[in-house]
Amino acid sequence: MRIDALDQENVRSPFQRALRIVLRDKTGLIGVFLFGTVLFCAVFAAYIVPHSPIEQNLRISRQPPGWHEAGDWEYPLGTDNLGRDMLSRIIYGSRVSLTVGFFGVLIAMSIGMLLGLVAGYLGGTIDNVIMGVANLFLAIPYLLLVVVVAAVLGRSLINVILIFGFTNAPLFVRITRGEVLRIRKSGYVESAVSLGAKPGRIIFGHILPNLIGPLLTVATFEMSGMIFYEAGLGFLGLSVPPGIPSWGNMLAAGRQYIQFSPWIAAFPGLAIVFTSLGMNLLGDWLRDVLDPRMRRSAS
Amino acid sequence: MTGDTVLQVRNLAVEFDSIDGTVHAVNNVSFDLKRGQTLGVVGESGSGKSVSMMSLLRLIAEPPGKITSGSAVFLPRNGEPVDLLQLPKRWLARIRGDRIGFVFQDPMSSLNPLMTVGEQIAESVRKHTELQGSVCRDRAVELLEHVGIPGAAERYNNYPHQFSGGMRQRVMIAIAIACNPDIIIADEPTTALDVTVQAEIVDRMQKLTKELSISVIWISHDLGVVAGIADVLMVMYGGSVVERGEISRVYSHPRHPYTIGLLGALPKLGAAQKRLVNIGGSPPSLFSPPRQCAFAARCPWVFDRCKAERPPLFFATGSHSEDPSAHGHVTACFYDLEKDRRRDPDETGIDVTAFEVGQQG
Amino acid sequence: MIDRPYVRVDELTQHFPIKRGVVISRKVGAVKAVDGVSFTIRSGETLGLVGESGCGKSTTGRSILRLYRPTSGRVLLDDVDITALKPDELREMRPKMQMIFQDSYSSLNPRHSVAKIVAEPMVIQGEKDGTKLRHRVQELLDLVGLDADHAKRFPHEFSGGQRQRIGIARALALNPSFVVCDEPISALDVSIQAQVVNLLAALQRELGLTYLFIAHDLSMVRHISHRIAVMYLGRIMEQADYDELFRMPMHPYTQSLMSAVPIPEPSVEKARTRMILKGDVPSPARPPSGCVFHTRCPFATERCSFEVPEPREIRDRHAVACHNVDDVFVGSQIEAQRSAIVESLESAAGEGPDRAFASMDTGA
Repeated sequence: MRIDALDQENVRSPFQRALRIVLRDKTGLIGVFLFGTVLFCAVFAAYIVPHSPIEQNLRISRQPPGWHEAGDWEYPLGTDNLGRDMLSRIIYGSRVSLTVGFFGVLIAMSIGMLLGLVAGYLGGTIDNVIMGVANLFLAIPYLLLVVVVAAVLGRSLINVILIFGFTNAPLFVRITRGEVLRIRKSGYVESAVSLGAKPGRIIFGHILPNLIGPLLTVATFEMSGMIFYEAGLGFLGLSVPPGIPSWGNMLAAGRQYIQFSPWIAAFPGLAIVFTSLGMNLLGDWLRDVLDPRMRRSAS
Repeated sequence: MTGDTVLQVRNLAVEFDSIDGTVHAVNNVSFDLKRGQTLGVVGESGSGKSVSMMSLLRLIAEPPGKITSGSAVFLPRNGEPVDLLQLPKRWLARIRGDRIGFVFQDPMSSLNPLMTVGEQIAESVRKHTELQGSVCRDRAVELLEHVGIPGAAERYNNYPHQFSGGMRQRVMIAIAIACNPDIIIADEPTTALDVTVQAEIVDRMQKLTKELSISVIWISHDLGVVAGIADVLMVMYGGSVVERGEISRVYSHPRHPYTIGLLGALPKLGAAQKRLVNIGGSPPSLFSPPRQCAFAARCPWVFDRCKAERPPLFFATGSHSEDPSAHGHVTACFYDLEKDRRRDPDETGIDVTAFEVGQQG
Repeated sequence: MIDRPYVRVDELTQHFPIKRGVVISRKVGAVKAVDGVSFTIRSGETLGLVGESGCGKSTTGRSILRLYRPTSGRVLLDDVDITALKPDELREMRPKMQMIFQDSYSSLNPRHSVAKIVAEPMVIQGEKDGTKLRHRVQELLDLVGLDADHAKRFPHEFSGGQRQRIGIARALALNPSFVVCDEPISALDVSIQAQVVNLLAALQRELGLTYLFIAHDLSMVRHISHRIAVMYLGRIMEQADYDELFRMPMHPYTQSLMSAVPIPEPSVEKARTRMILKGDVPSPARPPSGCVFHTRCPFATERCSFEVPEPREIRDRHAVACHNVDDVFVGSQIEAQRSAIVESLESAAGEGPDRAFASMDTGA
């Protein structure tokens, strides 16, 4: 609203405003909560797990969750076919998911931002070449790439991250380039040019700060997508080695017991769904929060 | 010209809930619209001119918007009077675009980009009149000719993107008059157009509505455009009506300080003066409940009463008629009511000396 | 007022290529946004550049400031040819010429505070002393009528008129001598428009600024301009001192513009002589041959469709680009139209709000 509104007694205080923004966007709140939980699990996994995630105990193999009549609250979410505690494995599994999501997006965004900035800012032939290569990349089926890389280099977390990073970079190139073109045409960049500003100032002072908001939002969505796909790869046996607890691996392992011990597949599945949902809600919320124009608007 | 009343709005108030607080967008707006009459509603952004008219047909988002009080009795040519604000939404939808037409500022957002303009007009004809089949097409071509589109028969098959802004606005007018409505609400219909195109659209609209005796509510920020088309002028400021009256009376004897300042702030082509009035300050914040005169902060004649209560509409000094339905000249100003500004009622011209005036040249 | 041109624009042309093809693009045509525009502005004066959307008026302003590289023609600012400058030399010239933008919303970086926005020009020019910068920002905000404590706020917290003042403060930060005002009031409310125009006029007097004031209608322009140029499809149709132009609009296009501007006086507005143009403005990618206005001109003759009319000085300091304006037969028709339009405008002058100004003039 307008500045004279600030002087009015009937305007809510900053605290009231902040509270209202949070309360108004309840879905955003859910997103923050879900993501926060997963993040907490990943960071403090070693301190909060009730049991070792890899220690096998065949005597208690396939024990149902705590609330089941045959269950035991010692193992709240039951155990898997090798008698490992489900809850502990799911908590540790969040590490794999978040690592893949975070570093995958970091790589994709770094490459994408750099190339998108160059393409959008310089334009001309360079733009055409970069966008041509980006489109070429988009045309490669990533699953095939994963299979090939896994076959050649073996299964490893780093390989998965690198593949996700490179295959998702073209998307960030496109978005960055689009935003750069838009910001370049904006009045404030034009004004900076008319003031004699050098390219460095325009890029770092005007374009980059205004890029961060839209890119972070996309990054959140992409991260959610990567977590989802990593689980998919794990399920196909193409992600991290079987010894490491990851949601995809657990899902794959639980598949053959789904008829009699459904919890072994169900809980990692739910973990994937809630993480993905949380990140999507968070992305929506970020989009609103990061736009400075949204911070004070009438409706 | 003053036939029977077609719309009677009383004490309309609209609020919006926002993060920053409650916005009192429209306060206590009342007016009458006669058949065949054009009502010019003038005000700047945030004056409530659009919101008040759109809320009559519940075209505002609810929530955050909320109509907190008022009535709007609509008296169609053939049919029972109804209070638009009490009608179920389902019924309202049948009045919108049928008995009450619209022309918006941006025609592109109201036209279907995948349908030829001719078909869109024909569809409106089919929906809202007795006509059926190929007659609708002929009628649509006729309407295109009416609104001044050259080569109407060929243009029938064009899509909206093949038309210029002015042409699209003409199509909107054709759609609006296709069903022969009682009222057309035109919300800044010429604001996005070039002046030469605007002149023609205003001309055309005026002829057509007079011919069909359609009442028009013409919302505008431009006192110049309204001067050419309106019979009655209503000036809005900060969500309230501050002055209303027969158009030439308001222009020649403006009573509210805001109207006076606004007329002084407008450049006039033929006039000898080269100076413009400065109305200092900014439009009011609408967060405060209407407890004082909305213009008090910018008014050069402000005195204590203006800050203690919001002035209702009084009959202005020299208003020839004190019958509200006859469009006597009314203004919401305590100064005009109380202080000795009751000059010779027949004196024309405006005393702008109280305002700050810019120096030119 | 020194009687020498401070800004001189000679046959300025700005074409934008229309390209086809993705990887290997080729030129298939050109949008002739500005096509041979010439004018001069005297020091401390204002030239109003008027035209409808798409006529190239904004492009002209930007080409003059070298925000685009002109296709051909020369722009001299204080006898320096701007079109011939190398990037480094141009950067040195930048402080002298500034721009005020139409859209105050998009021309202010939403992530920067007012202080940062207004200080940016000085930072770009290498000023690093924080105290000096703060001091100058306060000075500038004061100059444009904003409060000192507004410096910490962000653009979206301001109303349109206040944002435009921030834009003006930024433009003035480096003490420019020439300012291009690109429709600075078009997006503002009427009561605020007058504020901004009055502010610009006051700043001109105080600081001796030279303005190029771009606008889409004639009414506001006359309040700030000493001279007015009317543009249509990339060319200047008519150019004269402001009072001359309003008394003697000779080009049919100027006449149609004048007759179209709404007058806030019901008796006049409802009865005045209008000259309604047929059709739409043609695309600048395919401008009509000959006189670009001939497709819509009610007085067009055969000659107009193949021969481009050059601007000719018909009266003192009054140039018109029209073949027929002094033609024996057609010229008299144009003249009759002119007097009808001007007369119906003059009748508005005697009535209404302006009477009050008459008494004030003696005091001022």
